[in-house]
Amino acid sequence: MNSIEKRRPGLTLGPVLYLWEPAQWRDFYHRIADEADIDTVVVGEIVCSKRSHFHDALIGKVVERLTAAGKSVRLASLALVTLERELKATHRLAAGNYEVEVSELSAHAAMRGRAHAIGPLVNVYNAATARVLTRGGATSICLPPELPLSAARRIAEGAPEVPFELFAFGRVPLAISARCAHARVKGNTKDNCKFVCGEDPDGLAVDTLDGQHFLALNGVQTMSSTVQCLIGDVPEILAAGIASLRLSPQVCDMVAVARLFRDVMDGRLDPAEGLAMARALHPDAFSNGFIHGLPGHVMHRPKAA
Amino acid sequence: MELICPAGTPAAFRDAIDAGADAVYCGFRNETNARNFPGLNFSPEELGEAIALADRRGVKTLVAINTFMRAGAEDIWTQAVDDAVALGAHALILADLGLLAYAAERYPEQRLHLSVQAAACNADYIGYLVSAFGIRRAVLPRVLTIAEIAAISGKVDCETEVFVFGGLCVMEEGRCSLSSYATGRSPNMHGVCSPASHVRYREAGGDMVSELGDFTINRFPRGEAAGYPTLCKGRFVVEEEDGYIFEDPASLDVLAHIDELRAAGVSALKIEGRQRGRAYVAQVVSEIRKTLARVGGAESAETLRRLSEGQRTTTGSYDKRWR
Repeated sequence: MNSIEKRRPGLTLGPVLYLWEPAQWRDFYHRIADEADIDTVVVGEIVCSKRSHFHDALIGKVVERLTAAGKSVRLASLALVTLERELKATHRLAAGNYEVEVSELSAHAAMRGRAHAIGPLVNVYNAATARVLTRGGATSICLPPELPLSAARRIAEGAPEVPFELFAFGRVPLAISARCAHARVKGNTKDNCKFVCGEDPDGLAVDTLDGQHFLALNGVQTMSSTVQCLIGDVPEILAAGIASLRLSPQVCDMVAVARLFRDVMDGRLDPAEGLAMARALHPDAFSNGFIHGLPGHVMHRPKAA
Repeated sequence: MELICPAGTPAAFRDAIDAGADAVYCGFRNETNARNFPGLNFSPEELGEAIALADRRGVKTLVAINTFMRAGAEDIWTQAVDDAVALGAHALILADLGLLAYAAERYPEQRLHLSVQAAACNADYIGYLVSAFGIRRAVLPRVLTIAEIAAISGKVDCETEVFVFGGLCVMEEGRCSLSSYATGRSPNMHGVCSPASHVRYREAGGDMVSELGDFTINRFPRGEAAGYPTLCKGRFVVEEEDGYIFEDPASLDVLAHIDELRAAGVSALKIEGRQRGRAYVAQVVSEIRKTLARVGGAESAETLRRLSEGQRTTTGSYDKRWR
């Protein structure tokens, strides 16, 4: 543990994956700036380019406020880039002054070797891939949420120069499509969607015919119904050489979520106790199956200490 | 345009050649390829024999090594590359950046294709891989319209290949963990989607219920054929209404748009279906051959529809209205 404890493990707040009302979105970041003990905040629309205009006018002020509060800020690129205007947005991001978090490799290419971060939607399943990306300027990598911790450990060992991050809290982004299931279930198409995804700021529940909670719709993205929560696994994760944990914004008290994670990461709070306290912060079932090599929806009970 | 045909077995490989394939794609019998199903795929010996046959018939063999290398077990994937090169594959179809780097460095003369699993859906992404690893062709993900395919094909310094018939991924390929979420087995890491090992059928209240892992994927009234529970083609409930919220059980069929794809500058047309039997492959390839030669007409179209999942077809993302 000693070599790992030399650098304080980091906490990253991922981008808001949902379409939130502009005022709610801005206030969320203001509160993060003022109250949350978080090192890095990733800002920007990554799921659907049609949503970008809702926050474009606010993003400068939000970034300013976060930066003034001592947070390191990154702007995230789009996850699915097919249109000319989406490529142009990617180029603008790459040419800007802020650190970029790449959600798709067109943005990695656009950085032309300059330093940037790799987000969880880029497929990094082994150290060889991590090395390809670092040769192209990547300086940190958030690993894919479905990756077991055993594999993450091997990757961290194989590319020790790279700080790796795991997706530690939030509904898991599981898939993205050209088709918008969210618009379709509300009787619209993607091209005339009327931004109905904004009606579901924490995702729209998809249940099975037998009433089991299963998935959640977020525009063109399909997410888990469960909230992945790795707080009970923090000691194992840090022992595997992971440098930081990512919290993905949900409609819940994310400042409190960050506090619990920080307390567990710093050893001030017992992981099992942290998990019990986290449960009070979001109404939906928690999961951590992916890092244990199990189905992602499963909650693997940590062994009693 | 080349016609690229699937083969899950040596028998299907021979039938695809007989039915008129320009190239056949296949994979090794392990998790290095995205159709890692029991009883399918090729041993190195079988692949060697298949390549020899294809060479004699003037047909190209493309070897799919298109899952992502599992950390700690990379040898399985690099060995697959070594074997495919040694056996004389015309091209390797790869998705993993680390494996592309290995193949490009170790075998600079080997022709590399970018798998659909790499989800390269714009010219910048493809262009980066052309310059980094010298890929010669990109198989485009099923998220693009024909107009977008044309724009990409006009911009990139490599060939493009598109799927025209067979199973349809609703989600962007290589970026879908739905199966992993339900079963722990993942397309990217294990080469399986909605694996049969996790499928169960049970009767409940007179219905046949299909399950994947712990989840109900569909229910069928007595007498109706119970379809295979592919996760994204399941019936689910949203806001108290049930339906096929991602996609109906249907196959991709864009054969009516072949001329547009040719005009778009596409080099190769791909048929999905390495998990299908030899009879299916033979029939589909020969009907599509007729369609390409403009001698198939409505009869071929009808035969192909009957061979489709749920006897229904869709043009998927190729038509903007699908979105």
